[in-house]
Parts: sequence; C-alpha cells; structure tokens
Amino acid sequence: MTTTETAHVEKRAGRERRRLDEGTIRNLGLLGVLVILVIIGIITRPELYSDPAWVRNNVLTILQQASAIGVVTVGMTFVIIGGGIDLSVGAIIALAAVWSTTVATQSFGAGGMIFTALAVGVGVGLVNGVLIAYGKLVPFIATLAMLVAARGLAAQISGKQTQISESSVINSIATTKILGIPLLVIILGVVVAAGWVLLNRTTFGRRTVAVGGNPEAARLAGINVKRQTLLLYVLSGLCCGIAAIMLTSQATSAQAAMANLYELDAIAAAIIGGTLLSGGRGTIIGALFGVLVFSTITNLFAINNLPTEVQNMVKGAIIVAAVLVQQFRFSALTQMFKK
Amino acid sequence: MSSLSRRRVLFGGAAVGAGALLTACTSNDTSNNAQVNTNSGNENAAPGEKVVIGFTAPAADHGWIAAITNNAKAQAQQYEDVELKVTEAGSDAAAQRAAISTMIAEKPTIIVMLPHDGKELNAAAEEAMRAGIPVVNLDRAFPSQDAYRLQIKGDNYGMGLAAGAYIGEQLKTKGVSNPIIGEIPGIDSLELTQERTKGFNDALAVYGFKVANRRPADFTIDGGQKAATDLLQALPRMDAVWNHDDDQGVGVLAAIQQANRNEFFMVGGAGAKSAIDHIAADDSVLKATVTYSPSMASSAISLARLIAQGKGMADLVELQVPKEITLASETITKENAAQYAKLGF
Repeated sequence: MTTTETAHVEKRAGRERRRLDEGTIRNLGLLGVLVILVIIGIITRPELYSDPAWVRNNVLTILQQASAIGVVTVGMTFVIIGGGIDLSVGAIIALAAVWSTTVATQSFGAGGMIFTALAVGVGVGLVNGVLIAYGKLVPFIATLAMLVAARGLAAQISGKQTQISESSVINSIATTKILGIPLLVIILGVVVAAGWVLLNRTTFGRRTVAVGGNPEAARLAGINVKRQTLLLYVLSGLCCGIAAIMLTSQATSAQAAMANLYELDAIAAAIIGGTLLSGGRGTIIGALFGVLVFSTITNLFAINNLPTEVQNMVKGAIIVAAVLVQQFRFSALTQMFKK
Repeated sequence: MSSLSRRRVLFGGAAVGAGALLTACTSNDTSNNAQVNTNSGNENAAPGEKVVIGFTAPAADHGWIAAITNNAKAQAQQYEDVELKVTEAGSDAAAQRAAISTMIAEKPTIIVMLPHDGKELNAAAEEAMRAGIPVVNLDRAFPSQDAYRLQIKGDNYGMGLAAGAYIGEQLKTKGVSNPIIGEIPGIDSLELTQERTKGFNDALAVYGFKVANRRPADFTIDGGQKAATDLLQALPRMDAVWNHDDDQGVGVLAAIQQANRNEFFMVGGAGAKSAIDHIAADDSVLKATVTYSPSMASSAISLARLIAQGKGMADLVELQVPKEITLASETITKENAAQYAKLGF
C-alpha cells in the first residue's frame, strides 16, 4: 500500500468515526426528547405515574403501539438510505393482511396465513423493485402507483368487508408474553437487531449506503446497483408482511383500509432518526427512536385527554425541527471537512 | 445478474404464485344478508311504468358503505319495472361530481346518491334537479332546499342521544354516582361525528355525567384497536364507553380483550352483524348498539321508484312521497337482538 493510499484510508476512517459520533449525539438527543416527554407525563398525571404497575404496563403499551410501525420503519430506513422512497408500505400491509385472512387462506391455518402475508409483502416489494431498478421508474411514482393499486386489490379481495381472523394462533400473537415482555415487542426487537446487523456489519449494508450516497460511484466500484435497489424494496415489502401479521393479530381481523398513512409515519420516523432523505446516511437505532418519540407523544396526549389534531400539529413541528437540526449539523460538518 | 440473484427472483415469484394459488378460489363471504323489503302484500309494488334509477355512492372499503350499495342493488331487483345503473363515485367529491355529470347526460328517471359530502355535492345535485331529474339524497344532507326531492338519512344526533341515554340509565340503575365514561368516535373532522358527540354529551348531561376521555379512531379496525388501547391506558378504571362505529368496534373489542379489562360496559354504533351477535351471546363488554342502518339505501330505492311513478306512501294521506325522512336510531340490547339480527350488515 502506498503512502497516499494509506493516508486516504486513514482519512476515511476518521470521517467514519466522526459520522458515528454524529449519530450517537443525535440518538442521545432523541433519548433526551423521550425523557422530557415522560417527565411531562409525570407532571401532568402524577396519580397515574405513582402506580408502579401502571407505569410498567404503560411502557409496554407504548412499545406495543410502536411495534408494527417500527418494523415498517426499519424497512423504510433501508430504502431511504439506498436513495429511494417507498410510499406503498401502508397499502402493502393492507393487501398482505387482507389476503392472508381470506377464507381460502385461513383454511390452511396460521402457517398458511403467515406464509401468505410474507409472500405478498415480498411479492409486492419485488414488483416495486423491478419497476424502479429495471424499469427505471422514479421510486416516488412507482410506489405511489403501487399505493393506489394495492389498496384497490385489497378492497377487491376483501369484497370491502372486514375479514375476521379465526385463527387462535394468529390472534394470540398480540396477547402472548415471554418473560413478561409482549411478543410483538420481541418481534420489533428482533427486526431492529437484524436491521442493525444488516446495515452495519454486512456487505449488503455497506452497498446500501454506497448506492444511496452516490449510485454512479457505486457502479464504478463494481456494485450491482440495480440488484441492490431491487433487494431494498423486497426488504421493505418483507417488513410490511411481518407488520401485516402483527396488525392482524392486534385487531383480530384485516381490512382494505388498515395501516392508513403508515407510509408518512414511517418516513417521518426515519427522518427524525437521522436518515438523510437524499440517501447515503441513516441509522436503525435512530429510526427506532423516531418511532418511540411518536408513540410516546400519542400516549402523552391520550393520558391527558388532549385532542388528536393538536397532537398532529406537534408531530409536524417535531419533523420540521428534526430536519432543521439535521441540515444545520450537516452543513456545519461539510464546512469542517472543507477546512 | 448472477445466477444466485436470479434464483432469488424466481423464489420470490414462486412465493407470490403460491399465495395467489392459496386464494385462487377466494374469498370471504361478501354479505348476502342484504336488507330488502320483499313487498309482499304491498300494492305500491305492483309493476308500473319503467323507472331508470342512477345510483352513486363512494367506493369506500368500509363495511357500512359496502352495505349501502349492496342494499340498493338488492332492493332494485325486487321490482320488475326498475333498472338500476350503479356508478361508483370514486375517491373524492370531485370524482363524484364528474360521475354525476356523466349520469345527467344519460338522463335517468331519477338519481339516488350518497354524497361524499352533502355540502360539496350540493351544486351537482342542483344541476340534476334543473335538468329535470329528481334527486334522492342518502345520509349526508344538502344545504340547499332545491338540491333534492327527497332526503333520507340516519339520525346522527339521535344516535349519540340514544347511546348517552342507555349509558346514563344503566349507570343510574347501578347507583354509580361519579362514573368514568370514555368515548371512541370515528373520523373527528366529519360533521356526522360532531353531531353524534353532541347528542352523546347532551344525553349524559341529563344525568349530570360527562365524558372523561375521548380518543378518535378512523373507522378502521386497526385505528379502533389503537384508540381503544390509548383510552384504556389513560383510564385505569372505567364505567362505560361509547364506540361510535361497529366496524372499528372489532378492533376496539380486540384491544379490550388484550388489555384484560371488563370492569365496564360498552355501547356500539351502527348495528353491524358482528356487534349484534356479541350482544345476543352476551360474551363481551359490548352490551348494546345504537342503529344507523344501511337499510336506508333500500328504502331510498323504493321511494325513488314511487317518486318517479308519481305514487305516494300508502299509509300517509299525502299523494306524494314526503321531502324529508330521518330514520330513528334504535337501541339494540340482548332483549331485542334476535329481532334485529336480520338487519345486521
């Protein structure tokens, strides 16, 4: 290795480290926001927070409310880091859930339902991926079209009726606890851990960052950009399939209108967590914090009986604030590198 | 593309194919329990001059709206002299306006519509009326008198009133003096939701009660599940809850069961079949529901036919069909659930 090459590698490593620090600082900031929200809860409803059993239950409730959207957000974070966007996640969930709860599918039992939900998720993700990677459609357009089409198909399959899940196995996913921790929360934990390993410890993760940061450079470096892009949408679809099972279990049924606006919540959570909307940068832990901030706000508003429209305004303000902070930091960082 | 990735793609394709196969012979049982008047012994039903009814309702994926269209179709089939032309109204008011313009050009005898929003569709209805086609409005009122020949709707305020009265009466009987009452409305921005809430509050006020916490859902099951989970977390003890909509009620009941709570009772809204079944079986916290029946669509078709043929309603002295009909919101409890079972949707 020549001296210049070594210097180059060292410089890059330094940059990586600083970027890591940036992510850690941001995550600590989000943790701080969570703590503040909890303190506001304690101040406003001391009689609830003085009961340890209620507090424990409340933490689990918040985590449970975050579980399905959290799984979707992990997939969304990958897609955005890879330079894309997936507007169809809510529709994929509805289609996967509705398809897996049709009478025909239910006759195959819980295994058939889970397989169908995952297969539909992967299948729709595959279609998205092929359209975007090989059909050269803009991700925004392709997944917007899928949003409309998948909900249409879901309405068609369900006959616009609520599909009741008769499977006690599926329905008990939402009520099962292992060592006192709800199964839904464990599923979220597993998906987040898998997502973290995939992004930070594998070639797949490094390729995702490279493709999102600079697709042309990634191509010249020998990365199959099209295949990588395709796989990202498949991954997002798979996450939607998992979320579909979780939601079906919680509601003990499925409906073409379910998972309404999940795409916006997932994108917002990913961005608050520090994912750059233009791709190339983002963390799974940050995205998880983004989801938790939202579900903690919902909880805070619920226990204080505050109207949801105000809650939405607060959510909007938080998104804007997070992006402003991000832009400020990012420009400060680039300034630093220029010097 | 490497052979590995090709294999992956093939596997993905196979997975979807298998999913398609699983459900090839689909599907769920799309409600054959339509609510029709079979007209036995009704002189008015005797075949008369041919009537073409143009029908438009939103293509929502909500059980109640689906029942509206199913009922209209089923009722139209009861008459030899009625031809029903159904146009789905699309996803918003603008799309429905376009559908109505097309419909006017086809000159049906009469139009029956469930508008996305009465205020937004008012002008389109006036246009039809001016073109000499009478308009029957279903469910969502027009502000202008000249926009309709007949308005037939449910009683949203009355629904809230009935739910509040039932809850008030039950709690009074039980001797609960300072009850904790929850409320789970549907889409909060809709006028119908606000009317329901107002009726509910007015009825509770009679007993000196008020709502302790109110978490809106969005008429979907998962929305109902989430709203109910939040409500239960906010109220560790509760005496009663009113859920405005039985469709989202499936999710609400799931959340209640998951939280293992049963110290309170619940009242539903609309009168879905699943809700009536629960009430009859007395197997959940759901003890009553207040009706907002999609059978109004069947009635609208029957009355539209009478208007077109210039007939009146046999029991009324008037020679013509009246201009306004508001259905009463009835309370379904365990006692009368069997009687209402056939009206569940």
